Formats: sequence, structure tokens, C-alpha cells
Amino acid sequence: MSEAPQLPRAARAFVLFVALLRANGFAIAPEQTTAFLEAIALLGPGGPEDVRQAGLATLAPPPERRAAYDLLFRLHFLGGEEIRGDEGEDGDEDEDEDEEVMRLQEEGRGDEEPPLADEANASGEMALRAEALAERRFGPSGPSDALRRLAREAPSRLPRRRGHRRMRARRGPWADLRRTLRESARNDGEVMRLGRLKRRARPRKMLLLIDVSGSMKARSEDNLRLAHTLLQATPNVEVFTFGTRLTRVTRALRLKRREQALAAAANLVSDWDGGTRIGDALQAFLAVPRFGSYARGAVVVILSDGLERGDLSALREAVVKLSRRAWRLSWLTPLAVGSSFVPQTEALIAIRRFVDDMVDGGSSAAVVAHVLSLRQRRTA
Amino acid sequence: MAVRGTIGGIDSPEALEKALRAAYYLADEGIATAAYLALALGKPLLLEGAPGVGKTEAAKAIAAVLGRRLIRLQCYEGIDASAALYEWNYPRQMLAIRQAGDETIDIYGETFLIERPMLATLRAPDSTVLLIDEIDRSDQEFEAFLLEFLSDFQISIPERGTVRAAGRPVVVLTSNRTRDLHEALRRRCVYHWIDYPTAEREARIIMMRASSVAEATARAVVAAIGKLRREPLSKAPGVAEAVDWAEAATLLNKGGARWPDAFKRSIGVALKDEEDLAFIAGRLDALIAEAAA
Repeated sequence: MSEAPQLPRAARAFVLFVALLRANGFAIAPEQTTAFLEAIALLGPGGPEDVRQAGLATLAPPPERRAAYDLLFRLHFLGGEEIRGDEGEDGDEDEDEDEEVMRLQEEGRGDEEPPLADEANASGEMALRAEALAERRFGPSGPSDALRRLAREAPSRLPRRRGHRRMRARRGPWADLRRTLRESARNDGEVMRLGRLKRRARPRKMLLLIDVSGSMKARSEDNLRLAHTLLQATPNVEVFTFGTRLTRVTRALRLKRREQALAAAANLVSDWDGGTRIGDALQAFLAVPRFGSYARGAVVVILSDGLERGDLSALREAVVKLSRRAWRLSWLTPLAVGSSFVPQTEALIAIRRFVDDMVDGGSSAAVVAHVLSLRQRRTA
Repeated sequence: MAVRGTIGGIDSPEALEKALRAAYYLADEGIATAAYLALALGKPLLLEGAPGVGKTEAAKAIAAVLGRRLIRLQCYEGIDASAALYEWNYPRQMLAIRQAGDETIDIYGETFLIERPMLATLRAPDSTVLLIDEIDRSDQEFEAFLLEFLSDFQISIPERGTVRAAGRPVVVLTSNRTRDLHEALRRRCVYHWIDYPTAEREARIIMMRASSVAEATARAVVAAIGKLRREPLSKAPGVAEAVDWAEAATLLNKGGARWPDAFKRSIGVALKDEEDLAFIAGRLDALIAEAAA
């Protein structure tokens, strides 16, 4: 309590609430705390609901962490009594959803920061048990040659597209009026040389979908390492994992240090080494408009063996949709060895027609080689 | 920071909610609170939500409530200062240089400056509302460029110096969340995530927006839309689609179509994706019958 001796007693609880949020991984700037206090003063406050709303508006918790925010709010201001009552309901709801739809995970248990207090996590754990989910710890490992090559060459060798921002150029379709005028003002209004503008090239969006099911067990760890390297090397990369669930791990992998990032991602993903419902996972991915738009015009790389245990038609439909949105769709499977690979499994045969490349994904070196070759002319 | 208790006679979220209702916008408690706080604290209001939940409408309603002119800046990839801030009238400058002959002229004078939305807002902060629409479509360079504007409400024009707003302008930003906005931008704003409205409120919105729609129709549409939103569609119908669907079905019904049929035939205004239509086609009858019951 000694951290803010000059604060009025009434304000202390609110400042401590902000500290609690920060301790649980919400990024809150000091000016937001100030705004929070001002907002509370403005609103009355008429009751706890006013304080909650003020917090939502000024502290801006991301929507997918709304539940965590509400939980912490109740924990801090209303005490533990009420929480237990609500927990049961939440847990039930989660399980209902599980049966019907593919679960999406964006902010999982604890995220990249220390987990909440035990009781706060109870509902999450309860829902998870239903699927007998596994956790995974990654051992430390030095960067392999393949990853080093990826980090070095990715910025210059990944696919690009023409951006809409213009830049100076020797020749180009537009006149650079601003520069031309500045120069001509120096010469009494005489235009000596017309400056030109052209469109600047930008790195193309990339989307990595990584299979973490049991059949890909040998590869999933390396694939995540690869995703981390790629994410560090270039912007505009989105990474999802799928098995029985679909999990966005982009944020976790943004952490710079590899061990830390992988631990955070491992913590987020809860369906390690389980079954595969690729079709459902891809459908779920496309059904969220925000995620679906990551694929538009993007380089989509799916790292999966295509051993589908769910519905084949769902898989085909999803792949068709994805291929229509993507700039280039690659399916990297460990089964595809050698250049004369002919798919044998039913799932791969079903989707072969719709993917641009179906190549070897059996080693990091092979994956890296393919990713770095994406800029060259399409093979299919 | 300047905290203003009242703006235009609005002194509480409830008062704002009432005023918004008079401007034909039904706000829930969350958005009324966030909007009130943004006005009172003099901070920009950042609205995020799925497409079609009424983010832009909210900004328009706020402008109407305050009796101010709405200046809209639609973002797109590659938007830059010359589209958002100001631009020099180059042909005119060029001509002026030629005509001036031996006299000296200031080619960076007011007459050569073309005002763009952000500069227009800074110059008239008390009579405008600036709507920066779909900020997620712009690139990160533009987002970074917005930071100076949103925290200090000032911009610098190299040839003329810094332009500062006399008061704190009202700024509303919207985002569809197709990408994550930078934390620095989020923390400068008052934030609200607009969710799909509850069934009750959505029915009221439909009746308010489309006066020809009967209450039973509105409720049926809301029930059907609610079911559609739970399906894995590539584009879930928003509030605007719900209003259109109710209106279209009413129109067909007046033209002689019977009820369940009128809904079915006008489904095209609610679902605008061929694959989604094909996906739902088999169950559409049952879905509508269930919703109308």
C-alpha cells in the first residue's frame, strides 16, 4: 500500500485494480489510469456497474479478454463470494458450446503471463477437461541451419505485392508535384526536371496454419519454431495452430526470445497431439470474418499431413474457399517425399486440385526451401 | 487534461442515450457511457466491432446530437497526409510563380492550401465531428502519423509551422478489426467494442429505422438473424442487413407474397454470399418457420 501514499483513500482501490490488471498481462498506460479515475469521478459513480463501464472504456481490454477483465473486476471489487456462484454457469455454457462448434482460442489459459489465482482459472480448466487436452513443454534447442537461413533471407526473398503508397523513383507513372515545385521555385519557376513517383513494393501477407495433432507430433515443435523465426523476420505474418481446436498464436510468437515465445504459444494451445478435424478447423477459421480476411490475397501455407478424421466434404469445401481467397495456397505434408509424389490418402486426393503446391514438409530445411521459393513463378 | 462535465447540455450517459435515441440511434449502456466519457474527457472515441453493427451510424448520431457537421475520412491502404491533412495547390503555385515576375510572393500562403478532413477539424473544433472510418484499412505508417494528431490535436505543416486546435475536437475512429491496432493508438482513445445488439434491442432498432415494418415482422427477422449469426457463415448478417430484410419482406408482403414466402424470397438482402446461401438453403424453410412461430 506504500506505493501511492498521496492518493486519497477512495482512489486507492481503483489504482490497485489497475495494478491487478497489469499483473495479469493487460497493457495499461499511466495516462489510461488517469482517464479511468476521471471517468469514475464523472460517472458518479452510481455503483459497481459504473466503475466497470468506466474501466472498459478507458482501460480498453481487448474484446477476447473481456471475460478475464470481468472476472478480475468481480474478484477485486465484489470479493470471492459472488464468483463461485457465477463460475458454475460459465463452465456449463462452455461445455455446451464444445459439442456443437469448433472452439476458437485466442487468449487461453494465462496467455504469456503468470496464470490467475487458482479459483479464477477453474472454469477454463473445467471446460478443457472434456477433451482430455494435453500440454507441451519445449526443450531448448539452438537455431538450426534451416532457421538461420530463413531469418537471413526471408526479408528479401518472400513474395511481395505492389503497395498503394508512392515513393520517389527515376521513372514511374505519376509526377511528383511537390518535389518538382520545390525545385522549380529555386529556378524562378522553371521546371528543369519532372520528378516521378511509383508504387512501393510491400511484403505480402502470410498465413501459417500448423497442424498440432498426434500424427504430426514429430513436426509440430519444429514448425512452431519456424513460425517464430518467420514472424520475427517479416511483418504481416499470422500463425494459427489446429487439431481439434483452432488457436491463434500470433501474439505469443511476437515475443522476441524464442524460448519465451514458444512457451507462451505452448501454453495457449491446448490440443497438442490429439485428433484432427482439419475441415472443421479451417471452416471455423473462415467463419470468423476477422480471421478470414487474413487469408485474402495472402500466401497461405498449411503444414499438415492431411490425415482427416472428420468430414471430408467439410475439408474440401474449406480448401476451395481458402484457395479462392489466397494468392497462393501451399500444402506441406511430411508424406510428400520426392518430386514424383502422388497423394494416397483420401483427404489429400480430394483437395489436390485446389492447392497450388503440395510438397514435402517433412523437415525444416524442406519447409524453409519452399517458403523461400514462393516468390518465383507458380508451379501449379 | 480538460475535463468538461457537460457538452451541449449532456451531463451523463443517460442524457446522451436519450439524445441519441432522439437522433434515431438506440445505444446500449456501454456505448452511451463510452461516448459520454470520450466527450467529457476530450479524448477520441475508438469503436470496434464486426461489420454492420452500427459503428459509423453511432458517429453520425453523435454529430447530430451535438448539432455539428460530420467530416468523414474514409481510410484505405496508402492513405497519406495529402489525402488526410492538407495538400498544396501545385498548379496554382506554379502559375503564381510565373505571374509574379520580379515581385516576391509567398507560394505557401493560405490561398494555395487545400484543406483535407483533419485540418478542417483542427480549424473548426467546435462545429465539427471528425469520423476516421475503418482505420484498420490504412497502413501502419498512417496509424503512426495519427498519434500526434490524436494526443495533442496538432499537426505540423513544414512550410507553415504547427496548427493547433483551439478546443478539443470530437473525433470518432472505427475499426473492423481486420488487424490489431497499435497499443499506442488504443491507449489514446476511449474504447468500446460494439457487439451485436440483444434481440429485444435489435427489434426496436428495426422498427425505429423502418417505420413500415410491423412488430411481429421485426421480431421474426431478429429471431431468424440471430440463428443465422450462429451458423458458420463467411459473412454474418449485421444490423443493417436485419433492417433491410425486414423492410424487403414487408414490401413483398404488401405486393401479395404470403408471409414465410416473403422472408424466403428476400433472403438476398440478408445473406450476400453465394456459398452462404447454398449452405443455408436446405434449412432455410425450417429456420424461418421456427423464427416466425
